[in-house]
Amino acid sequence: MNTLQNFSKGLVKENPVLVLVLGTCPTLATSTSISNALGMGLAATVVLLCSNIVISALRKVIPDKVRIPCYIVLIAGFVTMVQMLVKAFAPALDAALGIYLPLIVVNCIILGRAEMFANKNKVFDSAVDALGMGAGFTLALSLMALIREVFGNGTFFGLPIPVLYDNHISILTMAPGGFFVFGLLIAAVNKFSAHKPKKQDFGCTGCPSAEICSHSCVNREEAAAND
Amino acid sequence: MTKLIIILLSAVFINNYVLSRFLGICPFLGVSKKLDSATGMSLAVIFVMLMATAATYPIQIYLLDPNGLGYLQTIVFILVIAALVQLVEIVLKRFVPSLHKSLGVYLPLITTNCAVLGVTILNIDEGYTFLEAMVNSLGSGLGFFLAMVMFSGVRSVLEKADVPKSFKGLPITLVAAAIVSLSFLGFGGVIENLFA
Repeated sequence: MNTLQNFSKGLVKENPVLVLVLGTCPTLATSTSISNALGMGLAATVVLLCSNIVISALRKVIPDKVRIPCYIVLIAGFVTMVQMLVKAFAPALDAALGIYLPLIVVNCIILGRAEMFANKNKVFDSAVDALGMGAGFTLALSLMALIREVFGNGTFFGLPIPVLYDNHISILTMAPGGFFVFGLLIAAVNKFSAHKPKKQDFGCTGCPSAEICSHSCVNREEAAAND
Repeated sequence: MTKLIIILLSAVFINNYVLSRFLGICPFLGVSKKLDSATGMSLAVIFVMLMATAATYPIQIYLLDPNGLGYLQTIVFILVIAALVQLVEIVLKRFVPSLHKSLGVYLPLITTNCAVLGVTILNIDEGYTFLEAMVNSLGSGLGFFLAMVMFSGVRSVLEKADVPKSFKGLPITLVAAAIVSLSFLGFGGVIENLFA
């Protein structure tokens, strides 16, 4: 796989939000306005880039058994740094993102990429992967924010749009609108994606963090069901 | 007392963690297929939320804040929660095997659950007292429980519905979640006026 493919797979084919369905919480919560979405996307991309580079560089040093706690500490460290930078240089964004900024720690995209890519690949490839995935996350987030802000609020980057501003559908900027627009977007991706819409299964089977959350939770869930 | 009741009710209904704050969406969509797994997961979440708040609140107030280490909040909280979940699992396995059998499966899933980390950070941000923080955690957990159980009911009906092909699976589930979330909007403003 060359560098360009490595980068572009995150944008479309393996888009973390719309295809892999990762990081749903920040996607739904921060896509109320385009500027918030861009801020969130950028913050997550910075954390993802730093964590992917460091985890990839340390992949031979970190013992396999304690890798998840190590990743979490590294990611939490970078999140804290980003949090401090945003607080210092973009206080308005900090206020808008609120709790979702520290919650980047538990964003499945970051831990998922560390587990699926960074601990198996070279530093440069991991950095490119992080940039691609981060761009894909930002793109999906901005697309959703565009729909929600333009139709829900009648504005574009805070500037009112002539007709829509007087006829805005304010429910779209509220919580139900988030679920609704996200559902529509995924349906559109299913409709227009070249390959057949694969059955998106949730839970442990569809979750890339399945291996991460201790042992294979699939087996345990099945074991529990059989009891 | 009134304040505690308001905190509890608004955590359950108005600021419902799943349906209006979008925290814990993954388990909400993932584990809500069957009623019994939805119940088990939400009970585990309530349990861990209470334990996590009881552990992280004193750490923040008595350890981090007096020493000017408030910026370590994120790292400390996630580590404490991860360690706590492991500890709870081991203790349950050893001493309460029956409870471990019903909740144990879901415990590892909760470590990286944003609802748990979210509630501990929000308790600090809101400036609650310890009692208020515990009540808020209980309310948030109950809200999660309510959303999960309601939604597993909706999903069991959804399974039989005939939906357009591209909406099958996740998209229609999200649209259904939007409608459930819509019903919770109706609670806005009710609780403040309840005691006025």
